[in-house]
Amino acid sequence: MRGNLVYLKDVVSLQYEASRCVGCGMCSLVCPHGVFVQENGKARITDRDACMECGACARNCPTEAIRVQTGVGCAQAVINSVLGRTGDSCCSLDSGCC
Amino acid sequence: MDQPFVIGRVETAAGTIPQVSSQLTGRDRWGTVKARWGVGRMHYTVDPGLYALGEPGSEAPVLVSANYKLSFDHLRSALKDRCAWILVLDTKGINVWCAAGKGTFGTDELVFRVQASGLDRVVNHRLLILPQLSAPGVAAHKVRSRCGFKAVFGPVEARDLPAFLDAGMQATPTMRRKRFGLYDRMVLIPVELVHAFKWLALAAVIFFALAGALGTGSFAAAAAVFGLGPVTAMTTGVFAGAVLTPLLLPWLPGRAFAAKGIWAGLLATALLWPLGPGRASGVLDAVSWILGTVSVAAYLGMNFTGASTYTSLSGVKKEMRWAVPLEIAGFAAFVGLWLTARWTS
Ligand code: SF4
Ligand code: SF4
Repeated sequence: MRGNLVYLKDVVSLQYEASRCVGCGMCSLVCPHGVFVQENGKARITDRDACMECGACARNCPTEAIRVQTGVGCAQAVINSVLGRTGDSCCSLDSGCC
Repeated sequence: MDQPFVIGRVETAAGTIPQVSSQLTGRDRWGTVKARWGVGRMHYTVDPGLYALGEPGSEAPVLVSANYKLSFDHLRSALKDRCAWILVLDTKGINVWCAAGKGTFGTDELVFRVQASGLDRVVNHRLLILPQLSAPGVAAHKVRSRCGFKAVFGPVEARDLPAFLDAGMQATPTMRRKRFGLYDRMVLIPVELVHAFKWLALAAVIFFALAGALGTGSFAAAAAVFGLGPVTAMTTGVFAGAVLTPLLLPWLPGRAFAAKGIWAGLLATALLWPLGPGRASGVLDAVSWILGTVSVAAYLGMNFTGASTYTSLSGVKKEMRWAVPLEIAGFAAFVGLWLTARWTS
């Protein structure tokens, strides 16, 4: 999803080590925002700012070539953790995440 | 078995399996409406385990879902006139994506549920179709060695499942993307509103009470005359942050959600000028009204990151570093100016 819906520039913690990649293609397949493409038998990050740090790519990479600090991009969850509260007050329905 | 949406039972080698239909009943739909408005949303669950959709045979596909009733209903209603097995994981009543992020929709639970349900005696094939949005929790390459079933990621949206199945389990690139279209954003508005109104009601009581105590004339008259301004300002802020921001998200300037909220607040201020700053009794009250609207809108806009489908935690933290102090300062100035106006009048 590009269009007009892109979040902040140059903030995401996504890290990719091309030397470990075996080109299985799983990262491109699982990413809901098309961050990875496959090129010449390897993955390449094509749209870094579109990454939402969901961790799907890292979880499904068989060679651990991808690292990302996963978390939910939700202000309420950040506030709750700062205040030491727990709970799912921010869990949205199907669209977003909590 | 004794869940209202179970319409029958199917006998298999692994025992009796509850049967469900792809046709949602009025009761299912009413449940969806309630969940959308945040009523009993945390307890809207399906018992984990295997279900038969229609009359599936031993070759029918196995689809995996979360035990949030909305996720389950979404899946079965997308499979009109098809037969399939649905394996419901115990995600504590949370939808697929959130549960995958938390790890409850994860490799361990999937493997456990496959084994506990005796799935290998129910079907002849060894294939599980997972929603793509469960990928943050499920490592597909680890599933096979642990339970003998191969895990395949289906499309992001359940509605694309028929096309995915008919294409021999191939998803087009568009099926692999999570979008955030107008409809997706609209269905989130009720819950945002319900959430905000709880605070709004409390704040309104406080402002009316203060206005009554500080204003001139009888308590009731002063409460109405002087309390109306700040209460309409906050209400307008809620409308801007919880309704305008989601609706106009792609067109509001800025990338940060708090920035979008600020613009929505300014827009609402302009639209409602005669009701707000226009009828204020002085400059202080007028400025206070604008600050009240904009700070509330910025806060709620920022909170909408939790419902969006593309904000990263790193980004939200970065945005919050400037947005939270600004919102607090704006709100404090809103209250401060309004109080000052009461003393100087
Ligand atoms: S999942 Fe890992 S190994 Fe496979 S293409 Fe992506 S980076 Fe390379
Ligand atoms: S963390 Fe999620 S959004 Fe980011 S690249 Fe990986 S799969 Fe895509």
